[in-house]
Amino acid sequence: MNSKHVLVALVQDEPGVLNRVASLFRRRGFNIDSIAVGHTETPRTSRVTVVVDSGTGDVEQVRKQFEKLVDVTKVSDLTEESIVARELALIKVKATAFTRSEIMQIVDIFRANIVDVAADSVIVEVTGDEDKVESLYQLLRGFGVKELARTGRLAMTRGGLGPLPVEETEAQRLKKPRP
Amino acid sequence: MRLKGAQILCEGLLREGVEVIFGFPGGTVLPLYDTLPQYPKLRHILVRHEQGAAHAADGYARATGKVGVCLATSGPGATNLVTGIAGAHLDSSPMVAITGQVARAFIGKDAFQEVDITGITLPITKHNYLVTKASDIARVVKEAFYLASTGRPGPVLIDIPRDVFVEEAEFSYPENIDLPGYKPTLMGHPAQIKKAARLINGASRPIIVAGRGVTISDANTELKELAEKAQIPVVTTLLGIGSFPEDHVLSFGMLGMHGMAYANLAIGAADVLIALGMRFDDRATARVSDFAPRARVVHIDIDPAEIGKNVSVEVPIVGDVKTVLGALNKEIAVGSRLDWIRHVEQWRHEHPCVLIRESEKLLPQYVVRSIYEATRGNAVIVTGVGQNQMWAAQHFWYTKPRGFISSGGLGAMGFELPAALGAQIGCPRETVWCIAGDGGFQMTMQELATIVQENSPVKIAIMNNGFLGMVRQWQELFYKRNYVGTPLWGPDYVKIADAYGIPAVRVTQKDVVRSAIKQAMASDGPFLIDFSVEPEENVYPMVPPGASLAEYMEAPQECVAPVDSVTLPASNL
Repeated sequence: MNSKHVLVALVQDEPGVLNRVASLFRRRGFNIDSIAVGHTETPRTSRVTVVVDSGTGDVEQVRKQFEKLVDVTKVSDLTEESIVARELALIKVKATAFTRSEIMQIVDIFRANIVDVAADSVIVEVTGDEDKVESLYQLLRGFGVKELARTGRLAMTRGGLGPLPVEETEAQRLKKPRP
Repeated sequence: MRLKGAQILCEGLLREGVEVIFGFPGGTVLPLYDTLPQYPKLRHILVRHEQGAAHAADGYARATGKVGVCLATSGPGATNLVTGIAGAHLDSSPMVAITGQVARAFIGKDAFQEVDITGITLPITKHNYLVTKASDIARVVKEAFYLASTGRPGPVLIDIPRDVFVEEAEFSYPENIDLPGYKPTLMGHPAQIKKAARLINGASRPIIVAGRGVTISDANTELKELAEKAQIPVVTTLLGIGSFPEDHVLSFGMLGMHGMAYANLAIGAADVLIALGMRFDDRATARVSDFAPRARVVHIDIDPAEIGKNVSVEVPIVGDVKTVLGALNKEIAVGSRLDWIRHVEQWRHEHPCVLIRESEKLLPQYVVRSIYEATRGNAVIVTGVGQNQMWAAQHFWYTKPRGFISSGGLGAMGFELPAALGAQIGCPRETVWCIAGDGGFQMTMQELATIVQENSPVKIAIMNNGFLGMVRQWQELFYKRNYVGTPLWGPDYVKIADAYGIPAVRVTQKDVVRSAIKQAMASDGPFLIDFSVEPEENVYPMVPPGASLAEYMEAPQECVAPVDSVTLPASNL
């Protein structure tokens, strides 16, 4: 059974809101695997995607505590939903004249991109689920990875209406007959 | 209308119905203090330490149900509020704390008296604000009072930089609140209410556990209706004391670590447990895996995060206790559960926890009982934390809501005196008794000066046993009487009171307890009694830490014998 839970929250874009979220997980004894924050389709609303390990406690309890924060509009646990989940990684790999083409082949197989080439290294950009990013990273380690940066997971439910209210509002707005 | 930030703040406070501010001035709030005389309806009470301001605001809030307001300067002023804010947070007390902050240009520069108080209070407030422009003040004040007083109440902190107090902005007080992330559920789900009613109607040994939420939501009448209609025994948590009249035939006292044995036994035997506005705190449940082992649980609480947090619940109902009970009572069948009530009553006779043993010594329980008799129960009792708190909870019959005020969740010693002051300021017509231990009293006794300055007629009873009594009791029972750090020297409290101009007496003999209390009650102003009580008296019953509610220890048997002429209160039913 998957012990990783994906919580998606819509939060008011107020100063310090990320601090409130992080502090809540810390004091309730949860380890955050990854956290990703960005703007949404609605002004002044941000979307926070948190991946937590349910091995460290009752996720439903922390979801409810999360939702109690005044700046937080809604928190959904998407773990059991049908979702698209992606993360992005930038991997700086040592590359010589001898290894460069082999690296490029691997990158092609993974449908990743090389976004920077230097005399002794390349930067690979890869998007996908965690397994894909992890597999590519493991392969590239053989060449020597100089730097790795990962965004953490982003997630969205497939099809129709999402479980999040802004999406519903947006969808309802679009459904309305135009005057 | 263009006003300065400080004026906007005061205008907002007035519109929120604030009458009293417990505060202490300092550099960053000087512009606000400069403005206060323009608003004579805002009564400022100068405390002697900011912790006292927070506890007093909390005591005021608990006694009146209104939002308590405290005010401090930046840095140490703000950090001194922290204990009081944490106490209000854990006990869901409505409070707005206002702190000054260094001027905006200095924030983040480690300026003189700068602390990140919004960061510090993040986990102990319901919400907090750092105001960065005067034009935000009106909205923030409106939101702060709304957040503090609605849903599950709690403290909200507003941090205002010094230069924002003097910045001008157009003032108009907002009529509406726009908080998309804050929508407390008041109405219980109808299907859940029906389900709960079915469960309760079918129960043969139901029990109600009433918490502070009952009084917060003013659901005392509804609780009484439920208990009487269905004939269900009622026990309360420590903070639920007073939510159900303790002289009622269906009242079976407090549960928990120092709860009544019969209350704890009833919890163990119950087949349905109806938890109202309470949160299954570990001091109430004891070992939680053995809590109410036979009971199917109905939990009614306004905070969805409390549902299922500590105890698994069969019928959760998220909503305001008063609203939910109003709907639930309609579905409840008139019941007769005489067998079950007789059963619990039998336990009460077998385990007479509120009897005080015959003794020539000055027992603290006897002092509490004497205050009960002298006031006929018509008083507001504000306690410290520890033995004095438990005796005050056990040996006084509370018949009205808000009559027992105590730091429950945080258990903050030093709460008693400033909170009693706050309660007295909020309820000038009530008799307010501060029941203190000599340990807690020494933590905040500087507030005697505030009591005198405000001529607040608080009656103070110090249960002076020369020990940090509850800790000593644990050392006696679980650490082989290794009294480390608990024997406590104290000053001459009568002389202390005298130095403050407060009349005071010392009582060392049992036979003068009642006359001393009468003297205190006859006095118009504050009065202090230093009761030299039996030093090694213990609080019983006691559930040892880590044990289950059923494993309570009672007072050693040879000690238990009926006390002189104590008459148990007559029943209402």
